[in-house]
Amino acid sequence: MKILVCISNVPDTTSKINFVDENTLFDTNGVQFIINPNDEFGLTRAIWMKQQQSAEVTVVTVGDNSCESTLRKCLAIGADNAIRIDLKPTDGFQVAKQLARICQETIYDIIIAGRESIDYNGAMVPGMLAALLDYNFVTNCVALDVEGENAQASREIDGGIEIISCQLPLIIGAQKGLVEEKDLIIPNMRGIMQARQKPLKVIEPTEDEIKSSILKFEKPIPKGEVKLVPADDIDQLIDLLHNEANVI
Amino acid sequence: MSVIIYAESENGKIKKSAFELASYGYEIASEMNVPLIAVTFNQDEVESLGTYGIEKVIKFKGPSISNFTALQYAENIALIAKENEAKIIILSSSANAKYLAPKLSITLSAGYASNVIALPEKLQPLTVKRTCFTNKAFNFCSLSNEVNIVGLSNNSYEIKENPKSIEIIEKDSSSTETTLKVEKLEKSSGKVTIADADVVVSGGRGLKGPENWHLIEDLADTLGGATACSKPVSDMGWRPHSEHVGQTGKPVASNLYIAIGVSGAIQHLAGVNSSKVKVVINNDPEAPFFKAADYGIVGDAFEVIPKLTKKLKEFKSK
Ligand SMILES: Cc1cc2nc3c(=O)[nH]c(=O)nc-3n(C[C@H](O)[C@H](O)[C@H](O)COP(=O)(O)OP(=O)(O)OC[C@H]3O[C@@H](n4cnc5c(N)ncnc54)[C@H](O)[C@@H]3O)c2cc1C
Repeated sequence: MKILVCISNVPDTTSKINFVDENTLFDTNGVQFIINPNDEFGLTRAIWMKQQQSAEVTVVTVGDNSCESTLRKCLAIGADNAIRIDLKPTDGFQVAKQLARICQETIYDIIIAGRESIDYNGAMVPGMLAALLDYNFVTNCVALDVEGENAQASREIDGGIEIISCQLPLIIGAQKGLVEEKDLIIPNMRGIMQARQKPLKVIEPTEDEIKSSILKFEKPIPKGEVKLVPADDIDQLIDLLHNEANVI
Repeated sequence: MSVIIYAESENGKIKKSAFELASYGYEIASEMNVPLIAVTFNQDEVESLGTYGIEKVIKFKGPSISNFTALQYAENIALIAKENEAKIIILSSSANAKYLAPKLSITLSAGYASNVIALPEKLQPLTVKRTCFTNKAFNFCSLSNEVNIVGLSNNSYEIKENPKSIEIIEKDSSSTETTLKVEKLEKSSGKVTIADADVVVSGGRGLKGPENWHLIEDLADTLGGATACSKPVSDMGWRPHSEHVGQTGKPVASNLYIAIGVSGAIQHLAGVNSSKVKVVINNDPEAPFFKAADYGIVGDAFEVIPKLTKKLKEFKSK
């Protein structure tokens, strides 16, 4: 069984979000980059399939060479090999197109991507990839079991869970629940040493089609002061919520 | 040419988000001087859509769509989009809409922007404002394609009445060959979901344990709201993962968000920033959440919540 895990290199969740070049570019100054959390849940699930079902796990990212330390971390966590498509992407469609090409050259039984990245929050790469390849697709995936050619996957919906069965190949949009927070693998020294020896292939992008572009960024307007209400004056809070905020 | 919305329904009723899409779509369709069309699935009553500016409703029926499937629904919407030369297709931010949007986009070679929060800045080329960095920033996104899809964030556009007489067309859904089957749907009936709720009441580690959650539930019930929690609360298994809100959980865009015993870590705030009014109850006046809130009470959750619930019940019965 061959598994491909698509990795997005994103700013750490505690990063200060600032922009440069007249608000057209994200300011990476002093920002630490991590594996997109949704991708990391997916990667962990893939490593389990490697351990229990002898799957081979490849990680791939579309990005410039600043993404390599994130890919090395994926290798240290347990992926067998890595691919970097050397392109700083403009939109999700472009990423999906680049990934589709990899998947046409090598057939993967399962492709895992995070349901969305925490930087651009497009929530489109896994679904577009599935549509381009005409593969089965389950997003917001919180459980996955694969046996032979068949998979069962659970999708979190608004207010419940949907249990889906299908044949491989399958693409999932991963999120927490697929594995738990405590299951995430922290690379040990041996993993880190081995990762240095594992293959990381850099390939050139092909076409460069995009469907959207970002013109500029904007930061939220800073919030006004909080209005504090004494704990023994609940009536005042209710009055404010009713008459001032109009929410009850 | 036309503008199309996918109007979702639940338990035989059109969802509030569909009226938001209609109101939003009406502004765009009027400016473009083209009709505004709604697509529904397995929904009998559709007349109410006319109140919000819809001129034509295409009702899909048939065994292949008795339950939601992204593939089938996307293909049907694509068909209508082609027949009516849609320029813009507007979807909600529900889990289902986000599931089918990428498929629809590839089928129609359309551009797609999710998490859009306002009317387009410009129609040529289509330029929309959307949230990014999980609500820590916005970006203006330009889509220069023949057809574009806008995913509108829930509760970001106010419902407006624009009464129209509607034409209703019934259509049978075709069925697509697929090995993907929905085996089972487990849904808690009657409970408001975080995505659709006007009010969300959220508890953090300050609640001390799952046995105290009746306090949060009673308060949420009193307000007709949904319950939510911080990440560690779901990681410890006090509450299900589906209630985890924040950067790595669900986004909240309710009118009112009440956070109790939640410190207000940056990752938590990221997910709830889009809520209009935030109330914080915390016994630590230094809790970071107070900086991000509109109203706050410095106090002990176990004393404040029962009082608040009681007073709200009295208020509601007035
Ligand atoms: C990669 C990453 C992603 C993350 N994503 C998320 C996310 O999506 N969502 C999220 O929520 N967190 C997320 N976190 C975790 C986040 O950093 C915080 O740890 C978490 O939000 C804290 O949860 P809490 O506020 O419930 O608990 P705490 O920080 O422990 O806060 C508890 C609060 O309760 C108050 N309290 C205690 N007793 C009482 C009482 N009797 N009455 C009133 N108040 C009381 C305390 O003063 C304190 O402010 C993420 C972290 C990382 C590293």
